[in-house]
Amino acid sequence: MTDSNTAVSLPTLLARNVQRRAKAIAYREKEYGIWQTWTWFEAQQEVDALAKGLIALGANRGDYVAIIGRNRPAMYWAGIASQKAGCIPVPLYQDASAEELAYALDHCGARFVIAGDQEQVDKVADVSDELSNLEHVIYLDGRGLRKYDHEQMTAYIDVQKLGREQGDDDELAQRTAELTAQSTCVILYTSGTTSRPKGVVLSNHNVIETAKNSCEFDKLTHKEEILAYLPMAWVGDYIFSMGQALWAGFCVNCPESPDTMQSDLREIGPTYFFAPPQVFESQLTSVMIRMEDASKFKKRMFDHFMKVAKRVGPTLLDGGKVGFKDKLSYQLGKLMVYEPLKDTLGLRRIRVGYTAGEAIGPELFEFYRSLGINLKQLYGQTEATVFITQQKDGAVRADTVGIPSPGVELKIDDNGEVFYRSPGVFVEYYKNAESTASTKAQDGWVATGDAGFIEEDTGQLRIIDRVKDVGKMADNSLFAPKYVENKLKFYPDILESVVFGAERDKCCAFINIDLTSVGNWAERNNVAYASYQELSQHPEVLNIIGRHVSEVNTSIAEDEMLAGCQIHRFLVLHKELDADDGEITRTRKVRRGVIAEKFKDLVDALYDGSSSIYTETEVTYEDGRKGKITATLEIRDATVISREASAA
Amino acid sequence: MNETATPQMQDQTLEDYTTADGRKIGGVMMDLKSITLRFGGLIAINDISFNIRQGEIRAIIGPNGAGKSSMLNVISGFYQPQEGEVWFMGKKRPTMRPYKVARQGIARTFQNIALFEGMTVLDNIMTGRLNFMKTGWVAQSIWLGSAKKEETINRQKVEEIIDFLEIQTIRKTPVGRLPYGLKKRVELARALAAEPNLLLLDEPMAGMNVEEKEDMSRFILDVNDEFGTTIALIEHDMGVVMDLSDRVVVMDYGKKIGDGTPDEVRNNQEVIEAYLGVSHD
Repeated sequence: MTDSNTAVSLPTLLARNVQRRAKAIAYREKEYGIWQTWTWFEAQQEVDALAKGLIALGANRGDYVAIIGRNRPAMYWAGIASQKAGCIPVPLYQDASAEELAYALDHCGARFVIAGDQEQVDKVADVSDELSNLEHVIYLDGRGLRKYDHEQMTAYIDVQKLGREQGDDDELAQRTAELTAQSTCVILYTSGTTSRPKGVVLSNHNVIETAKNSCEFDKLTHKEEILAYLPMAWVGDYIFSMGQALWAGFCVNCPESPDTMQSDLREIGPTYFFAPPQVFESQLTSVMIRMEDASKFKKRMFDHFMKVAKRVGPTLLDGGKVGFKDKLSYQLGKLMVYEPLKDTLGLRRIRVGYTAGEAIGPELFEFYRSLGINLKQLYGQTEATVFITQQKDGAVRADTVGIPSPGVELKIDDNGEVFYRSPGVFVEYYKNAESTASTKAQDGWVATGDAGFIEEDTGQLRIIDRVKDVGKMADNSLFAPKYVENKLKFYPDILESVVFGAERDKCCAFINIDLTSVGNWAERNNVAYASYQELSQHPEVLNIIGRHVSEVNTSIAEDEMLAGCQIHRFLVLHKELDADDGEITRTRKVRRGVIAEKFKDLVDALYDGSSSIYTETEVTYEDGRKGKITATLEIRDATVISREASAA
Repeated sequence: MNETATPQMQDQTLEDYTTADGRKIGGVMMDLKSITLRFGGLIAINDISFNIRQGEIRAIIGPNGAGKSSMLNVISGFYQPQEGEVWFMGKKRPTMRPYKVARQGIARTFQNIALFEGMTVLDNIMTGRLNFMKTGWVAQSIWLGSAKKEETINRQKVEEIIDFLEIQTIRKTPVGRLPYGLKKRVELARALAAEPNLLLLDEPMAGMNVEEKEDMSRFILDVNDEFGTTIALIEHDMGVVMDLSDRVVVMDYGKKIGDGTPDEVRNNQEVIEAYLGVSHD
């Protein structure tokens, strides 16, 4: 890669790709049941036509062009074309509500909107009265728009036609030549769960350097195939489908519609793939459900070989050694189960797969890895142009997020917060100097807002929780309840857990059993029970949960920083935590405060050393009536590994 | 057909028409003159006349047993009225079999879905192209060049319709496995595949939930808008009818009791009493 100095902007990268491989396929989109293709040369023609059209429509240097729609080649071209015309592209979430859209459009002061279809046009039209800067809407799919007032609206192809017929080639060349590495490549709005969305300004330098580094890290070449199905306004898609695709020169495939993603995935068979854990989870669920309906023979074969895979698959993937017999079994399994299954899932050709966004369950992670799919984890942020840390082939684990990406420096401050500095560090929050200053230090270090630590032996980063959710225990050691709760919840027997310990000398926990899983166990072992409450207090169930808690303690004890979060005592709740009772939110997030208040007697019992407690709890039934349930709960001690012992 | 084309606009009221939303719709496409249809002693349709104009959405409403479906069957040529004349595209239509009527550019959907349950969505819609397939079964079975070319053209048209109605996900799914709302959409797709000038929809929204109804309404409007297809539909949901249609015919016990724009019909006393219920204001 000799020309990273000359590749100053995305348009120059496009031109470079045309020069290198004009006839290679750059974009595919399934339309009318067929994969339509565009070569690099054709893509550039389309981009140029649109860019000239934009100029002909009156776009000036520095104008903002909002892009709203699903993943389609034309929408990606819109991003490059805006840049070529000297404008700044602002991709926005297509499922954003009209108000959210209005906020972003107003904030960036977009003069042009390039919208995917009628739905997006309608949303923009709804809020256009509040937008003084908005002048023109360009739409891609004209369906249903025939009757609209076209005074301030033009079809995408008509803009291109205008560009082809009346476009000024010199003007376009002039504007493209003016782009530098420091000029703005894109503005991406962060989703903003806590406050108003912030517009993250990324320069060409940010995007190109990050793309280059990450492509080298995973040895991505022009032969990769990716499926572009994640929101275009999300930084991940921007880097994968624009930055990396243009840098490495690989093909971006766009699905026919959001609903056909699964079958399109199978048809394309990407070699490089990213998905959040939910996607993998729903795939696994659908596999398991279909296996339940399979013939007995097939089911036994599947179960047998999945056991083999679980035992040796991950080791083989990491290049480790296994016995000859296991190797043979795995090869047979590959032939009979793994390869056909991967093919059905559309994951057969994957060379590099990533998941990120939230903690992935180890079982889920291992399932895919055991099939021989090189699934890894990364940790990133919009402000970092995605990559902060990522896992190297052969050093992949479910509970870490990898080593610093090339060019990234990491540090952990005294509060445990992770900071980074890299070529990808964003320029600023658009029109928000205050937030920029509080996030990004003068010397370039950026606060992530996440607490974590670096493992000494592997150098991998582990993320614990958001900094604001992490507390302190009485002896001033770190208290990270969500970290412990997640570990507990990865056991199928445990549905929910609540860990207490802030400002106290030790941690204790409430556990909710998962009725499906534990009920299944009871059935298999002839354990009779009449109610959830009875099953939850069965001595054998308490033993099982006790073992899980001890195992979690063992794993927590391995981290010196978190060793204090080990669970000393626990009880299994006699009722499921319920949103109707206000104990959890509708999205199943534990309401710590409410629970501590409501079950104060139980919390006290956990800490005063009593071995059982009688309690009365008010419950709300589904029809809204209220009732009381009473129970005597046993409190168990869990095996705790002392700090001295773990240190030894 | 030995009828010569006669000027159809004898009646001055049939001249250009402007709809409620200011849209101009064309001349008369189908003119039904004094239609009477009897089944033995039962008079299903009693001396009804109305017309359908080019490019409009024309609704036929009425209580159960009013004769709406029979009317649709007369238009599609499935029933032959004992009295009256059917004029289509400026010509009087002689007695003809329904498949010939279909070739004239009239397609329909059914009240009770009539799809091939075991076949895929794609194949079902392809059957709508039957009238465009000229090669014989020999050519088709040995996949002659001409048959192949024809198949490609037809498939392309079908794919455009699949795209239009947003049913790409179920392209290869057997119809029997689809939920009701989607089956209705597939049926619409098949009717559209015939590239009709006049599309007859027999209760396109029966048994649908609100969301499915909204989707279907959108599609009907889009079909009318994009392809310029004239649509005649029977529907029970008054809200839908009033929103969708340019003009409405109201039937009761085989007789026409109202005809006009949705607003005119809504305020017609006879219609209110017979169908919409007496208003209390």
